[in-house]
Amino acid sequence: MGEHVIKLPDVGEGVAEAELVEWLADIGANVREDEVIASVMTDKATVEIPSPVEGKIIWRGGEIGEVLAVGSPLVRLEVDGAGNVKPGDAAPAPAKTDPQPAKEEKPKSAKAEPAGKSDKPKTNGAANGAAAPAPVGAPRKEGEKPLASPAVRKRAADAGVDLRRVPGTGPAGRITHEDLDAFFASDGEAAVARGTGYVRNTSVKDIPVIGLRRKIAEKMEAANNRIVPITYVDEVDVTALEDLRAELNKSRKEGRPKLTILPFLMRAMVKAVSEQPHLNAIYDDEADVIHQHGGVHIGIAAQTPNGLMVPVVRHAEARDIWDCAAEMARLSEAAKDGKASRDELSGSTITITSLGAMGGIVTTPVINHPEVAIVGVNKMQILPRWNGTEFMPRKVMNLSSSFDHRVIDGWDAAVFVQRLKSLLETPAMIFIEN
Amino acid sequence: MMEDVTCKLLVIGAGPGGYVAAIRAGQLGLDTVIVEGQYHGGTCLNVGCIPSKAIIHAADEFEKATHFAGESEIGVMASKPEIDFAKTLAWKDGIVKRLTGGVGMLLKKNKVRAISGWATFVDGKTVDVKENGETYRIRAENVVIATGSVPVELPFLKFGDNVISSTEALALSAPPKTLAVVGAGYIGLELGIAFAKLGTKVTVVEAMDKILPLYDKELTRPVEKTLKRLGVEVLLGAKAKGASKKGLDIETAKGEAETVKAEKILVTVGRAPKTEGWGRDKLVLDMAGKFIQIDDQCKTSMSGVYAIGDVTGEPMLAHRAMAQGEMVAEIIAGHNRSWDKRAIPAVCFTDPEIVSVGLSPEEAKAQGEVKVQNFPFSANGRAMSMEAEDGFIRIVARADNNLVLGVQAVGKGVSELSTAFGLAIEMGATLDDIAGTIHAHPTLGEAFQEAALRTLGHALHI
Repeated sequence: MGEHVIKLPDVGEGVAEAELVEWLADIGANVREDEVIASVMTDKATVEIPSPVEGKIIWRGGEIGEVLAVGSPLVRLEVDGAGNVKPGDAAPAPAKTDPQPAKEEKPKSAKAEPAGKSDKPKTNGAANGAAAPAPVGAPRKEGEKPLASPAVRKRAADAGVDLRRVPGTGPAGRITHEDLDAFFASDGEAAVARGTGYVRNTSVKDIPVIGLRRKIAEKMEAANNRIVPITYVDEVDVTALEDLRAELNKSRKEGRPKLTILPFLMRAMVKAVSEQPHLNAIYDDEADVIHQHGGVHIGIAAQTPNGLMVPVVRHAEARDIWDCAAEMARLSEAAKDGKASRDELSGSTITITSLGAMGGIVTTPVINHPEVAIVGVNKMQILPRWNGTEFMPRKVMNLSSSFDHRVIDGWDAAVFVQRLKSLLETPAMIFIEN
Repeated sequence: MMEDVTCKLLVIGAGPGGYVAAIRAGQLGLDTVIVEGQYHGGTCLNVGCIPSKAIIHAADEFEKATHFAGESEIGVMASKPEIDFAKTLAWKDGIVKRLTGGVGMLLKKNKVRAISGWATFVDGKTVDVKENGETYRIRAENVVIATGSVPVELPFLKFGDNVISSTEALALSAPPKTLAVVGAGYIGLELGIAFAKLGTKVTVVEAMDKILPLYDKELTRPVEKTLKRLGVEVLLGAKAKGASKKGLDIETAKGEAETVKAEKILVTVGRAPKTEGWGRDKLVLDMAGKFIQIDDQCKTSMSGVYAIGDVTGEPMLAHRAMAQGEMVAEIIAGHNRSWDKRAIPAVCFTDPEIVSVGLSPEEAKAQGEVKVQNFPFSANGRAMSMEAEDGFIRIVARADNNLVLGVQAVGKGVSELSTAFGLAIEMGATLDDIAGTIHAHPTLGEAFQEAALRTLGHALHI
């Protein structure tokens, strides 16, 4: 038994590296001579890499998406006979090139795209004119070969168009040259079945992304570019909490705000972060410092006519449940009216996002950068839950929470959410001080 | 001495598939080498399609003249004809020579390097070629296996002496007095009918219960009529057992042992892919039965190794191989091609001829509701004026949208109509397309239009 190393071959003139796009053989798989084991992509083309020998794959030089340098080991095979690796040789070091250059090119091409798309409406107009003929023939059954003359087939193949995507208007659904013209003109958007009374809407309205929208966009982009999120979802039985809430609302003193579920959650979070203070923090990733705050300043993501705003309930640890509710009500009113001050809209250390009845069953909240955690509230439902002997109608609700995985481990995230869950399920615990 | 050759494309076998692949590759500027162990043009040009059609033509002409000996219905009178068969063979060989020479010229014109010699694989990219004691080693980026097929030999009827294959049948110095044909497929019947016309007493032995098992009864009936007219004895359900001095020993349908008197025994029980003798054991090719397995781009299980033609499966027809060859050359040149043909026409050069393009009624019915109608040549003026009233053209179309799925025909000269049939199917014609095309009068082709009209329910001349 020997070992044979297959190195990434020179896949084209002047190509120094290639991105691994497909593995066609798993570790442990036996491959035969000239069997294709991997595909790599250069900026010129995708190239299949066959194995020059027969053997069993024991090591692969990277995962899909990794950029490998030409000449670096791609695969190690266990082969009959000597192989091409001397026994003393050290395992080949994964000589990956810095993936950075490849990534840097991406935004460039992405930016080039809108320029190309700007003349789209024009061509679409032409397509509308060409797409006049009435439909004939039954639609093609699934798996049926598209019907087209050899000349049309060749034209499509040369253009890299799969004729199955092109609607045929000819007799028996035959795809004509005109159909292909229309398909090309529509940038490959499958034409809508004609003669149904429906027309294609090819209008494009340009809306400048400015102001708050732009800020939201930038904030989201920053969050997405920097943070590595982990989202954790669990169900909370809020039947007891809802009973308590109803009771408190019924007997509330005059002048006190009506309680929603959020003040309870805020108090539960205060309690939970007192045990896990590193979740109530600002991560300055440029300075490599985590500012762990003593005060719990809870941002409440709120939908306003202008877009998403996050007013901040400052020092929730120093407010009781009524105070939390009142402050939240005041702030969201201010935000909706556009009267919230800059201070009221910044300085949060942890955030709650809730869409109420629109909350869906699961969300993947985007962390309010540079915070490290966000708790999402999903919609409450009455669902049957097994109590050990029978199904009971229970009020349940999911919490979908995201954490910055760069500084918060999955374990910590889980502990935090489980703590919230137990506090909310036994709401008396929220109010008991140690 | 050893001369190493490297190239972009190496084609093994210069039959219709191989030489077309090489020519097209040459046109596309690929550095191409083709190796042929026997003769350019392969089976088709040398011992298949072309020479058999020459012999069939000579037999037809001879029979026509025989038909005129004494009196004939159309008033032509002639004396009893004679045939100088040596001259017939020389004429046939002349045609073969012109065509094979033409292949060589075309290869040269397209800058393909043709090497004669026997190629044996060393590995998937390397081939040794032996020629006159010398060995070339050829290394190629891509290899096309186009090794073709050979007649199937029966273990109890080994080729040799008076047991011959189609190859020898096309080179007999004179028509034998008696000929037993084992296998009533198209090759056996084409040659059997030709020899019968040349005066040979022909007996056809077929193990199945019908002649031309690939075609339905309707299509084969006119051929049965001819066999009867020519005095060809057809023994169906009979099994060949072996050769003896007297002729062919058989077991009849009733299970009785008999001997068919035969000077020569022609065994035409099919053709087998040539998968041995060129070092297949050095490769790791997946097989599909006895054939090399290919995908819709003629790629084998080995990267850079392609296979085309008879070695890859049925139908073993030259025009299939040629289309594959052309496609493979383009794929190797980087074009986006895959096998997208709708139909491969099949022609039987019996008397009368049979053509089948696309789906048979049975095959089509298996896929959905169909309409099937034919138009007989007995209602076609041109057929009457040619003494060719036997036969018909039949169209199979989809019931829901009239798409033509298949066309079959039997009749004199219908092989030439295969062009129209093939074009109609490949273009995706519907019955209305054919019915709406003016067909010249008076021609046999009118029956095509009439068959379409009849399928639509309004034939004009019946």
